[in-house]
Amino acid sequence: MNGSLERTFREEWGRVLAALIGFLGDFDRAEEATQEAFAIAAQRWARDGTPTHPGAWLVTTARNRAINRLRRERTLAAKTRLLEVPHASEDQIETSTFPDERLELIFTCCHPALATEAQVALTLRTLGGLDTDAIAQAFLVSEPTMSQRLVRAKRKIKAAGIPFRVPAEHLLAERLAAVLAVVYLIFNQGYSTRSSGRALVAEALLLGRALAELMPEQAEAHGLLALMLLHDSRRDAREHEGELVLLLDQDRTRWDWTQIAEGRIVLDRAVTLAKGGAAGIYVLQAAISSLHVEQTPDWHEIAALYGELARLTGSPVVELNRAIAVAEELGAEAGLTILDRLALEDFHYLHATRAELLRRLGRTAEARAAYERALALVHDEAERRLLQRRLGELAVLARNPAAAHGG
Amino acid sequence: MKFMLLIHQGATPTPNDPAAWAQLSPEEQNAVYADYKAINETPGVTPADVQMQPPEMASTVRVQDGRTLTTDGPFVEMKEALGGYLFYEADDLDAAIELASRIPAARMGGAIEVRPLVER
Repeated sequence: MNGSLERTFREEWGRVLAALIGFLGDFDRAEEATQEAFAIAAQRWARDGTPTHPGAWLVTTARNRAINRLRRERTLAAKTRLLEVPHASEDQIETSTFPDERLELIFTCCHPALATEAQVALTLRTLGGLDTDAIAQAFLVSEPTMSQRLVRAKRKIKAAGIPFRVPAEHLLAERLAAVLAVVYLIFNQGYSTRSSGRALVAEALLLGRALAELMPEQAEAHGLLALMLLHDSRRDAREHEGELVLLLDQDRTRWDWTQIAEGRIVLDRAVTLAKGGAAGIYVLQAAISSLHVEQTPDWHEIAALYGELARLTGSPVVELNRAIAVAEELGAEAGLTILDRLALEDFHYLHATRAELLRRLGRTAEARAAYERALALVHDEAERRLLQRRLGELAVLARNPAAAHGG
Repeated sequence: MKFMLLIHQGATPTPNDPAAWAQLSPEEQNAVYADYKAINETPGVTPADVQMQPPEMASTVRVQDGRTLTTDGPFVEMKEALGGYLFYEADDLDAAIELASRIPAARMGGAIEVRPLVER
């Protein structure tokens, strides 16, 4: 299959599947019919060229396949009533548009009655069209495990009566929060696995764009998209020769400035929409990420935004990030005061941050102890090497105290 | 679709525990009665036609190697035990969840399990 056909397929998969699920009320039948339609398209379009409205062609073909299959099954099962739908032929009357039911689909996949890991798997399988095997690899489980997870989730949707619909107004905010959390989880999973996670990052960005397009009035949808675009813009600078580079040390020429510009436009839209109400967690995080882009970030503003975020989430990790910003603005002592109030004893990043601030204050022995504590807790290899480098630099500083200040 | 809603009182003050029940103001107590009345009168709801005595009065039976073993109390922890139930015929799970959220136990320290029934 050539490149542009492949691209059309990826773009249309989620929309076509959503339309079929809406039509049939059954995930497995819909998937079957959609796969058949795409297979037919692969042959036909190679021969006859891509139709004017590929999505509509695919939906019509898939529907016809599904109807014909149902009719055959009904006949075989000798049930009393024939399906009262006109016999579908392979020559279609082409309509140009069909309703976009991807929102219904994503809200169904992310229903709170499903476990989070099931929500993630289902979203990637149905909206993203990823193979079960690809999803399994991305989340470090075996293919049979992931397959079972999907089977159980679809079974639960059917048996428990999870509806195929966009939630009513009074439920929308909380349900949308769940959807956005799933998309962000997918993004972070991909982003943290670096090069092997690119497919997942791409998927998360596609989902984020779709949500912003389908729910244009929702500030948080735009906020999440902006956040992901801004984070991802730094992908080529976060590593140097296999080693992690912290944000403030990154080679800014390696940032994707086009993507930063796009992220900032989306952020503006989000902020405009959020006016009047308080900004939500994604708009806040995106705003913080945008401020980090500057050569000399506005630490005061960043600290204030982290403060607002901490208020909304109650998260000590957010407070930790606020402490870092406060340290940049007001000095290491001020940052340490905040850190010492946090109950994050088992979090390596807390100790690494304390170590950094202690280092700046010339409290080298305490800094060493903190780096060692961090090393005892860290899991990621690249992060371990970074901490070891920092510890090594401390030893150099101990021999040359004049180099101790700054940061 | 038919659902069974299993009501677990959990830490909810109920008339079964007069001391805890007395902690609630008259308004709060009346609100509980009013909520149950409204739920039982909701179209689609079939209230239980019996009322179980509280979990403290339960006895649990197992048979092992042909011997019947009886223990005092419910199968699960006292605070997780079933208190009551009702049946609800609704369009979908969201409707059942909405009804469940209106049951006083849900907001007062208990939980409602929403179980779909097998279609016959």
